[in-house]
Amino acid sequence: MTVSLVVVSHSEKIADGAAELAAQMAPKVLILPAGGTGDGRIGTSLEKVMAALDKAAGGDGAVILADLGSAVMTAESALEFVDDPAGFLLADAPLVEGLVAAAVAAEGGADVQAVKRAAEGARGPAHPDGPLGQQLVAEGPVTGQGPDFTGDFELVNQAGMHARPAAKIAGGLASLEADVTVNGVDGASMTALMTLGAGKGSVLHVEAWGADAERAVNYVGGLVQAGFGEP
Amino acid sequence: MELDIAWTVKWLQLCAEAMAEHRVELIELDRAIGDSDHGENMDRGFQAVLAKLADGPPETPSAALKLTAMTLMSTVGGAAGPLYGTAFLRAATSLGDAARIDPPAWAAALAAARDGIVARGKAEPGDKTMVDAWTPAVDAARNAADGGNADNLAVLVAAAEAAEAGAVATDPMVARKGRASYLGERSAGHRDPGAVSSALILRAAVEAAA
Repeated sequence: MTVSLVVVSHSEKIADGAAELAAQMAPKVLILPAGGTGDGRIGTSLEKVMAALDKAAGGDGAVILADLGSAVMTAESALEFVDDPAGFLLADAPLVEGLVAAAVAAEGGADVQAVKRAAEGARGPAHPDGPLGQQLVAEGPVTGQGPDFTGDFELVNQAGMHARPAAKIAGGLASLEADVTVNGVDGASMTALMTLGAGKGSVLHVEAWGADAERAVNYVGGLVQAGFGEP
Repeated sequence: MELDIAWTVKWLQLCAEAMAEHRVELIELDRAIGDSDHGENMDRGFQAVLAKLADGPPETPSAALKLTAMTLMSTVGGAAGPLYGTAFLRAATSLGDAARIDPPAWAAALAAARDGIVARGKAEPGDKTMVDAWTPAVDAARNAADGGNADNLAVLVAAAEAAEAGAVATDPMVARKGRASYLGERSAGHRDPGAVSSALILRAAVEAAA
């Protein structure tokens, strides 16, 4: 079982398209679109959202992503009717980037809280608050605690860091008990990893904190040294 | 007049009539400061409520309001769907299984509805939203019910008149919530459509008892 995802959008096409895009990165994850009104207009429908929540219920929980204000309100309203509202978390995240990051985390076996964090960590680099990864890094020197494990790994695959390697790294790290940075950005955030723009020959400096810190560093190292299974 | 299931059904039918009658007015108001779909959405939503009521009349006022809540949330489409849906749902919960609504119960149901709208939409009084109609309505209903010997009609009238005054009072406000807030200062000088539709709903409650 993996965490399921529910996509609430004003537009049926946006919900379906975002789900299709995310499914490409996460074939095992149940992604349920709930876009538009029952009669195909722009808007949100409680019935559609409830149907999606019903399908997602049980199992390992579900994370909901919504686009504009009233989609968030419809999602919140729907949660008033479900039997187990605690099984659902509403993520405050950009719909497309958040969904892809959440799907990758869920695919990697992350729990419902970690999937929500992955979605919320997916703000693009243009976000005024800066990517989540930069905030995490700033905490290091403040607390005076160095990383528990570190490692440096040279990218050997031809294409370097792109969407699929970033998805593999972020997805695997999301299920570990560790805070990990890669060249200073959040290692569990696929979008942050992609912003590194690291090509073949670049060195990834990995720092990890927490119970699974050693596993996390070895996990990234293993992937990088195997070229992510790519030429 | 007893505020029982017959009154509740009539109230909801009159809501549908009012939304159909004021559809164009609500569209015009919303065109000025929103996305001009409020009249269309409210009309569609309450027509769907009419159809549901015709399918199977509920047994208690609370059941009728819950049915209304679910229907509005599924058919309105815009932000008004979850907002009114939550309002009717919280009012239904507040009424419980009671077969008849007395003045204190009406005041409590309005307060629950208003609190639901605030919780869902995060708007405060003065933000130029439907909260500006509901909040004075809640206060007026409470004041009217407080004496203990108020009759049903007096409490309904007090709430409706306060909501209507509250809607008018949104004219000079600058919107801080919803689509109108994108307009900033330019939203002043227009009446908030959600406050107007809220006043229509509370006026229909009076007419159902008259």
